[in-house]
Amino acid sequence: MESSAYITLKDVVFSRSGRRIFDGVTLDIPEGKITAIMGPSGTGKTTLLRLIGGQLRPDSGQVTVAGHEVPRLKRKDLYRLREKVGMLFQSGALFTDISVYENVAFPLRVHTALPEDMIRDIVLMKLEAVGLRGARDLMPSELSGGMTRRVALARSIALDPELIMYDEPFAGQDPIAMGVLVKLIRDLNSSVGLTSVLVSHDVPESLSICHYACIIADGKVIGEGTPEELREHPSEQVQQFLNGQPDGPVPFHYPAADPGADFGTNGEAS
Amino acid sequence: MIDRIASLGRSSLEVVGSLGRATQFLAGVLAGVPKPATGFPLLVKQVYSVGVLSLAIVVVSGLFIGMVLGLQGYTILSDYGSEAAIGQMIALTLVRELGPVVTALLFAGRAGSALTAEIGLMKATEQLSSMEMMGVDPLRRVIAPRLWAGFIAMPVLAMIFSVVGIWGGMLVGVEWLGVFEGSFWGNMQSSVDFVDDVLNGFIKSVVFGFVCAWIAVYQGYDCVPTSAGISSATTKTVVYSSLAVLGLDFVLTAVMFGDF
Repeated sequence: MESSAYITLKDVVFSRSGRRIFDGVTLDIPEGKITAIMGPSGTGKTTLLRLIGGQLRPDSGQVTVAGHEVPRLKRKDLYRLREKVGMLFQSGALFTDISVYENVAFPLRVHTALPEDMIRDIVLMKLEAVGLRGARDLMPSELSGGMTRRVALARSIALDPELIMYDEPFAGQDPIAMGVLVKLIRDLNSSVGLTSVLVSHDVPESLSICHYACIIADGKVIGEGTPEELREHPSEQVQQFLNGQPDGPVPFHYPAADPGADFGTNGEAS
Repeated sequence: MIDRIASLGRSSLEVVGSLGRATQFLAGVLAGVPKPATGFPLLVKQVYSVGVLSLAIVVVSGLFIGMVLGLQGYTILSDYGSEAAIGQMIALTLVRELGPVVTALLFAGRAGSALTAEIGLMKATEQLSSMEMMGVDPLRRVIAPRLWAGFIAMPVLAMIFSVVGIWGGMLVGVEWLGVFEGSFWGNMQSSVDFVDDVLNGFIKSVVFGFVCAWIAVYQGYDCVPTSAGISSATTKTVVYSSLAVLGLDFVLTAVMFGDF
């Protein structure tokens, strides 16, 4: 990697409900680039974003964002750091009791003392960037899934963050909405130089826009590099995931008892 | 036997853990004082939501309870020829007991359950998480205004309940059953003491308001973020609030009026 790391995870171990989610994850996320974090469902990709954002604390290991060790930050400093971070949630997470305009204006009203006419200009500019300036008076309940995601994106860039994290931005999107989101993520990175972390299991879309990617499985990083390097990666696990093969080292079935015991057929064949 | 003891121990640990979390949560809410410029409008909005919108149920319930007290009181007191004391009986019953207690039960059912469901849904739809990630503390922004609104609204609602109840009792006792109006109001005025009755009733409603609002916001914030989890949290709010109000009412009554 040419650019320096904006986020560093070192030997991160994290368990929840007795299950080990990460078992020594080490990862550098470069500044000003789009980094895709991919992996099968349930491997803890969203959990990784929550660790980076300080919503969860690792059992051990270091999580550093912009030079700050996140788990050690005091509450006040953590909230100050989060002002530089935007996050696009999978569900959009818009505030349902206020309009699209007020949703995008929310971080500006809370964190700045800008006059109302300037807030209005910024909100309309952000909504224009996601193609929804005309939807400013709608309520979140009146938006489609794709529009919700785009409004949430406008809100997450309202304060011009240094880092933006996308949690499954392509999940459940129709091809047009997906294309629009891919373009928006790429444009935001190229025009503003945002450091972007993209969590997804949509391989083609993620690899088409990211500069760097890593694949997480079994609590560890099993492969990382540029999209080209990943496509040539020797690991069977990486190739199974990238090519969507049903057979391979990554099991399709959740760990279960012997089928014979569940279906009551043990010993009947003989 | 050992299993039962172990199960009892587990349940006790769960209860103690939950009480600890609720206290820690309360400390977090009380510690984060919002700026007046941003906090006051949020508080006003919540006072409207939990207070003003609860007015209809409180007024109607107060009226009917006052009317029932008038009828029942007249029936009993007239046996002893002391129906003139009906005003005193209605006022003392409402101001000391029924006003704070019934208002708190109604408050838990209408406003408390709504608070829990609203906060629980905000949690389930990641609105609280997104607020945190925007650098906004949901305890200050979402929870604190709702807690304080409950604390402020409950005593006012209890007072309105008592006033409407006395008026309802007057309608039945004086207008319908023909008790002399002068005796009705005169007896009430001479027997109701401001500190012993009105102030103690007010203190009760302040305590109930705080406890009901605390239970409601905590259950919403701590719920499992699923539809079943929100449903369970809402039920818990009403059940725990009702039990807490009735239990605390006994304790407060014993402390306030127990020097026999």
